Amino acid sequence: MLRNRNLVGWLQAAPLATVLLGFLVAPIAMIVIVSFWGATEYSIYPAFQFDNYQFLFSSPVTYTVFFNTLKYAAITWAFTLVIGFTVAYFLAFEIRSLKWQIALFLLCTIPFWTSNIIRMISWIPFLGRNGIANSTLISWGVIDEPLEWLLFSDFSVILAFVHLYTLFMVVPIFNSMMRIDRSLIEAARDCGANGFQTLWNVIVPLCKPGIMIGTIFVTTLVMGDFITVRFMSGSQRANVGRLISNDISLLQYPSAAATAVVLLCTVLIVIAVLLRLVDIRKEL
Amino acid sequence: MTNAADLEFVSLTKRYGNTVAVDAISHHFKAGTYACLLGPSGCGKSSTLRMIAGHEEVSDGAIVLSGRDISHLPPARRGTAMMFQSYALFPHLNVRDNVAFSLRMAGQDKATRLARADEMLDLVEMTQYAERKPDQLSGGQQQRVALARALITRPQVLLLDEPLSALDPFLRVRMRTELKRLQRDLGISFIHVTHGQDEALALADEIIVMNDARIEQAGPAREVFNAPRSAFVARFMGGHNVLHLPQGRIALRSDVMSVTAPEAGRIDGRVTGIEYQGTHVALISVVAGDEEVTALLPEREFFQNPRELGEVIGLGWDDRAAHPISA
Repeated sequence: MLRNRNLVGWLQAAPLATVLLGFLVAPIAMIVIVSFWGATEYSIYPAFQFDNYQFLFSSPVTYTVFFNTLKYAAITWAFTLVIGFTVAYFLAFEIRSLKWQIALFLLCTIPFWTSNIIRMISWIPFLGRNGIANSTLISWGVIDEPLEWLLFSDFSVILAFVHLYTLFMVVPIFNSMMRIDRSLIEAARDCGANGFQTLWNVIVPLCKPGIMIGTIFVTTLVMGDFITVRFMSGSQRANVGRLISNDISLLQYPSAAATAVVLLCTVLIVIAVLLRLVDIRKEL
Repeated sequence: MTNAADLEFVSLTKRYGNTVAVDAISHHFKAGTYACLLGPSGCGKSSTLRMIAGHEEVSDGAIVLSGRDISHLPPARRGTAMMFQSYALFPHLNVRDNVAFSLRMAGQDKATRLARADEMLDLVEMTQYAERKPDQLSGGQQQRVALARALITRPQVLLLDEPLSALDPFLRVRMRTELKRLQRDLGISFIHVTHGQDEALALADEIIVMNDARIEQAGPAREVFNAPRSAFVARFMGGHNVLHLPQGRIALRSDVMSVTAPEAGRIDGRVTGIEYQGTHVALISVVAGDEEVTALLPEREFFQNPRELGEVIGLGWDDRAAHPISA
C-alpha cells in the first residue's frame, strides 16, 4: 500500500517534472555545456576549456556592460517602484467601489494588448529630434534648440523600460494592498498616526512581499532584455543581453553561452540577496 | 449636568445617503460606567460607536465628552480609544511594538514608550508574550494585547466593538469577567457594543437597547430586564413572554409563569415543545391568537408533574409580575 502511494505520488509529480526537465533544466544544462566549448571564426567544437570565461573576465568591456546592465536595472527599479506603488495605492485605497477598481485595473493593462516592440517604437516619433516632444517644447518657448538626449540615450532606454515594466510592479503591490485589513488603517488612525505615518508604518511594511515580487519581476526582465536597449539607444548603448545577441549573430555560440551563464548567476545572486531581505512565502 | 469624563449624545444622527442609521439619539453616560449598546444587527449601534471613536462622520448633532464637543476632532484627540472587533493588531509588529504604537506615533522616545508598553502588558498579564507576533497568539491573548494598545493612551472612554464575538463560548465568559474587572480597576467608562443580551446583562451597569436607529430603552441592567417598556425590548432581552390581553399588552418573565390544569389558569395553551435545559425545563405552548408562550419551570417541579406534547394546560401569573408595554 505504502509503495503504491509512493508510486501514485511520483506519477502525479511526473507531468510537471517532465515539463521542467525538458524546458528548463535541459536548456540550461546545454548552455552550461556549450559555454566550455571552443570556437573559431567559422566553426565551434566540443571541448572542455575555460577560454570563453577567461576572455570574458579579462575584457574591460564585460565590466562596463555588466555595470551598465545593473545601472539600468537599478534606475528602472526605482522609477517603477515609485510609480507602481502610487498607482496601486490609488487603486486599492482611494477607489472605494470594487467595480471601479476592476475597471481601472483593466485600463492599466490595455497597453499590453499590443506587442512591446510596438509600444517601444511608438516612442521614437514622440522623442525624435523633430518629434512631438521637441516641437511642442520649442513652440512653448521652453527651449530654443531640439533636445538631443531625448532619443537614443540612457534617458529613452530607461523611459521605455519604465513604460514596459511598471505594470509588473503595480500588480503584486496592488495584490498585497488588497490583503491589508482595512481596520488596521483605522486602528492606526485611532493610535494617532497621520496619513504619512500610516503609510510608512503600516502600509509599506505590509506591502513588502508585493514590492519584493515586483522587484524580482522588474530586475530579471530588465537584466535579460536586449531589444529595448538596441531600439531605444539606436544601438549606442549596450547591456549584457546585447553582448549575447551580438555573439550569436557572429555565430560565437560558446562565448554567448558563457556570457549567459555569468548573467544567469548574477541575476540569481541578486534575487538571493532580495529574498534574504523579505520573506515572500506567505504571499504565495 | 456634565461632570468630568461624562459622555453625552445630543440628538446624534448618522445618515448614509437616504438611509438613516442613527436617528437623533440623545443620551447621557455618567463617568466610570460600563455601558452596553445592545441591539440586533443594523440597529445603528456600531455606527454610534464608530461616531464616538471618530471613524464615522457625525451627520448631525453632537458628542460631548467632559464638557467639550468632540464630534469633529480626529480620533486620537478625543480622549477615546477603540478596540476593534477583529482586534486589528498590526501583523508585522510584535506585541510590545503593537502596544507602543500610539506612543511611537506621538514621537515619544524609545525607552519611555517601551517602559509604558511593558506596564500595560503587565496590566493585561501578557508580559511573557511581548516578543511574539500577533499570529502566534490565541484569540484571548490577542484581545488582551488589543486592550493594552487601546489603554496605553489613557483614554477617558474605551470603546469596544463586539469584543467577545471572535472568541469561543468558554473564553467569552472568562474574558467578560476580565473586562469588567479591568473597568472597575481603571475607573474609566467602557462602551461596549454587542448583540448578545446575556453579555450585556453580565457586564453592564447601564444597558442601552437600540432598534431601528433609535434608543428603545436605557437604564440599569436589572431595570431593562425586569421592566421592559416595549414588546421589542421584552423579546430582545429574552426570558419574556409578550401577551395580548383585553386590557392591553403585557410582558411577563417566563420564569414567573405557573402551569396549572386548564380550568385553573388565566389562559389556556396547548403544549408544542418541551426543552430540557438542565436546571430548568422550558415548556412552550401556543395560546389564543397563535402566540407562543414559554414557561420556565424548575426541573424538579416539571418532573413531579410532567406534561405531554399536545396537552392543554392552564397558564397563570401574579399580577405584580406583569408589566404593561407599548407596541
